[in-house]
Amino acid sequence: MKSLEELKAIREKMQGKVGFRKEDADSIRVVVGMATCGIAAGARPVLNAFVDGVAEAGLGDKIVVTQTGCIGLCQYEPIVEITEPGKDKVTYVKMTPDKAKEVIEKHLKNGQVVAEYTSVK
Amino acid sequence: MMTELSLNVLDVAQNSVKARASLIEITVESDFDKDLMRIVIADNGCGMDEQQLNAVCDPFYTTRTTRKVGLGVSFFKLAAESAGGEFSITSEKGVGTTVTATFQISNIDRMPLGDMTGTMHALITLNTDIDFVYNYRVDDRSFTLDTRELREILEGVPFDVPEVSSYIKEYLSQNKSEADGGRIL
Repeated sequence: MKSLEELKAIREKMQGKVGFRKEDADSIRVVVGMATCGIAAGARPVLNAFVDGVAEAGLGDKIVVTQTGCIGLCQYEPIVEITEPGKDKVTYVKMTPDKAKEVIEKHLKNGQVVAEYTSVK
Repeated sequence: MMTELSLNVLDVAQNSVKARASLIEITVESDFDKDLMRIVIADNGCGMDEQQLNAVCDPFYTTRTTRKVGLGVSFFKLAAESAGGEFSITSEKGVGTTVTATFQISNIDRMPLGDMTGTMHALITLNTDIDFVYNYRVDDRSFTLDTRELREILEGVPFDVPEVSSYIKEYLSQNKSEADGGRIL
């Protein structure tokens, strides 16, 4: 059984780092729709792909992955909105974990919006 | 319809989040002797009055404004009742809400439980200000994850920093395999 001792070691390691990332005005927000419509359409694996991908890319201090409820476009779920300070919101529709990886690579790392996965504004 | 019961749990628990619960207890118990699986989601959120409680299983009732249907609770109820089980919901205004669903494990129409680890991990790391107690039992083997214990050890380190987040995922998945012996429920 995995022990809580390991967690103490993580705490000690983390406490050495000054200041945890707090969501601030400079953060990029990745918002996954997690209402019934989103969940039924496969939002959980998409969310996991973003959480894991952002952590693997070491972008955890700049990017916040979070959830929202239904925004009323259920037929386009799973929907992921990316907001970046000073830029227009980008809405990705009918997302999958594979598309999420591509969005991390192109959009979050390199700032290139993956236009083919976005909705028409 | 959902494809796994764990997705119903994720969805119904979102109601507890919206009800501003500070503690959400989720229990998944399987008794093979009795051929019974029981899932309970209990919160200390704002609760519902009698009128809301009577309407909550109606798919055309919702408090949301973005669409006119509210299917979360209806889906969970349907999943239980179509698998030889029962569904109940009790609530008290200002005290909280408890949703209980049972399933006949061997029923051919019972959906697989699916990725409960993914559900709990998402709930815990997305709602870092809410405490969760997760009980998972298969026959006489069980484990409990209580985020209040983790919080005490972490002394302010949040659940969503990558190191802690992956610890929580491993904790859930290892202890789950030890409780169910890798058996697919």
